[in-house]
Amino acid sequence: MTNTLIENNFRTNRLPHIWCSGCGHGIIMRAITKAVDELGYNKDDVCVVSGIGCSSRAPGYMDFNTFHTLHGRALAYATGVKMAKPELKVIVVTGDGDCAAIGGNHLIHSARRNIDITTIVFNNNIYGMTGGQYSPTTPTGDKGTTAPFGNIDKNFDLCKLVQGAGATYVARSTAYHVNMITQQVKTGLENKGFSFIEAVSICPTYYGRKNKKGDAVSMMNYLKTNAVNVKAADKLPKEKIQGKFLIGEFYKSQEPEYTEEYQKIIDSFQKER
Amino acid sequence: MKNKKIKLMQGNEACVEGALAAGMKFFAGYPITPSTEIAEISSLRLPRIGGKFIQMEDEIAGMAAVIGGSLAGLKSMTATSGPGFSLKQENLGYAVLAEVPCVVVNVQRGGPSTGLPTMPAQGDIMQAKWGTHGDHPVIALSPSSVRETFDLTVKAFNYAEKYRMPVILLTDEVIGHMREKIEIPDPDEIEIIDRLKPEKGLDEYKPYEIKEGQVAPEMAAYGEGYRFHVTGLIHDETGFPSNDSKVAGDLVNRLMKKIDDNIDDLTLYEEYKLDDADIAVISYGITARSAKSAVDMARAEGLKVGLFRPMIIWPFPEKQIAQLGKRVKNIITAEMNLGQYVLEVERVANKYTNITKCGKANGELITPDEILAKIKEVQ
Repeated sequence: MTNTLIENNFRTNRLPHIWCSGCGHGIIMRAITKAVDELGYNKDDVCVVSGIGCSSRAPGYMDFNTFHTLHGRALAYATGVKMAKPELKVIVVTGDGDCAAIGGNHLIHSARRNIDITTIVFNNNIYGMTGGQYSPTTPTGDKGTTAPFGNIDKNFDLCKLVQGAGATYVARSTAYHVNMITQQVKTGLENKGFSFIEAVSICPTYYGRKNKKGDAVSMMNYLKTNAVNVKAADKLPKEKIQGKFLIGEFYKSQEPEYTEEYQKIIDSFQKER
Repeated sequence: MKNKKIKLMQGNEACVEGALAAGMKFFAGYPITPSTEIAEISSLRLPRIGGKFIQMEDEIAGMAAVIGGSLAGLKSMTATSGPGFSLKQENLGYAVLAEVPCVVVNVQRGGPSTGLPTMPAQGDIMQAKWGTHGDHPVIALSPSSVRETFDLTVKAFNYAEKYRMPVILLTDEVIGHMREKIEIPDPDEIEIIDRLKPEKGLDEYKPYEIKEGQVAPEMAAYGEGYRFHVTGLIHDETGFPSNDSKVAGDLVNRLMKKIDDNIDDLTLYEEYKLDDADIAVISYGITARSAKSAVDMARAEGLKVGLFRPMIIWPFPEKQIAQLGKRVKNIITAEMNLGQYVLEVERVANKYTNITKCGKANGELITPDEILAKIKEVQ
């Protein structure tokens, strides 16, 4: 049986991908592509921009306008693309190190502008491409190759960060909750503004091994049993959500979108003539 | 008679006028002295012609957005000064490797570090050439007047489009802020070059394929129907990454050949009173104006001195400097740094003639008297 989603939306001659066996990134990449496919967008109108890291290799496999930029800078490059051609559907694919450490400034300012870019962070809690160093989302106490005695940094809650900075759609799902990723990316793409979806991934090769999390199946089971939907969380007693994490839609609002506001300035001069 | 557009204008303003004349439709940048007027005037002018301006969150983002804007089809520019130029270097290298046309203006100020924000310098000459990592081609221009800032900004865009690479315009605090009378040429007097674009409806578009007779690959924009891939990794002609050493070697060599094979197109200089000269002063940018005065003062005293003034400083005008070295007994290189361009002059002309440097890095212009003193010293 041929898989039409893959046939129609991937550069099949570039496959198989480079990710390790058990990595959650392929699942997330497919879920994003499924969202674009289900929305029926013309592939020529979709531009996928990434930075550097494991996640950022995804655009190379996806059959859209694709742009593999520098470490941390995907959102800044994407802002240039979106400003120049607001009619493009711009998607940024990034990782926890890429968007929360070296690219943190671009992340908060893209959110603040509410520019119409849908950002999906593949959060595997580690720098995978460079071999397992701790990242801004590595939980406090966990290990990485540069945190051999346990991470003493506090880890970021990226959704709270980005919501605080002004994003108009903020959601989280996991590589286990794959249909939820697709649904959230669809909502994000249809939101006229800055949309942020944290897709919690798994890295059995580095994060899992360093922290004795077991194999890929055990790590997937962890996502399944520890993710609590935000809709259910309110009704649950505190002890039931202790040590777990929330998924679902955290925030949605309508605010003026950056490129539309700029277009109004341009239009005001057209009227003047 | 045509109504001539004569204006009193600052160098930074002339830079924006030149950029608009060349077709700039997108500016992304970050405020920094002494380049800020370029951003301010761009923000005022661009929306009136349907163009776009954005003030990014930092210098790095300004450069990144410009590359994104260019790949989406708009002629794009950013402007900065010393510290910001340092921050832009990684992205500058991306534009070289991914072959993305754009213009980067560096209104030089005293350094290192925060240095002398409101004072001029020519201390970023070698940084312009070697600031980003790896072997790479560089085109950098340096104007000596407000009018020339206009002309060379147009040229910077043209070279960027023709060779598909970033082009650096190196001015300085004095050129940027000084006001001079300039006559803006009519649009039909200005040569404009646009990037080569692939034909529409091709079965296959290879974004890095060089066809017979082309100096740079044809460049589609995002959203035009060719779903191509762009990366800062070494790539083959399809645009996809490769670890093959032959692909890597061929690509880097091809990038360098854009300059090497077109060196005559990328050589631009002025010779002043050099015909019978025994002493040549080599100088560029604002310092060349002091040098020209010094030449006149020396001539008035009967000394045979002339000026060689490169307007394109990178690529280095090797052939011309070597010939100059053979013609004169002494070369004085005058520049507002402690000896940068002179290193290249020495590399090329040391075997033919005596080379003396005349430089300082204290935020003050080099005066004609200082250059004249050097002329008398070597004479």
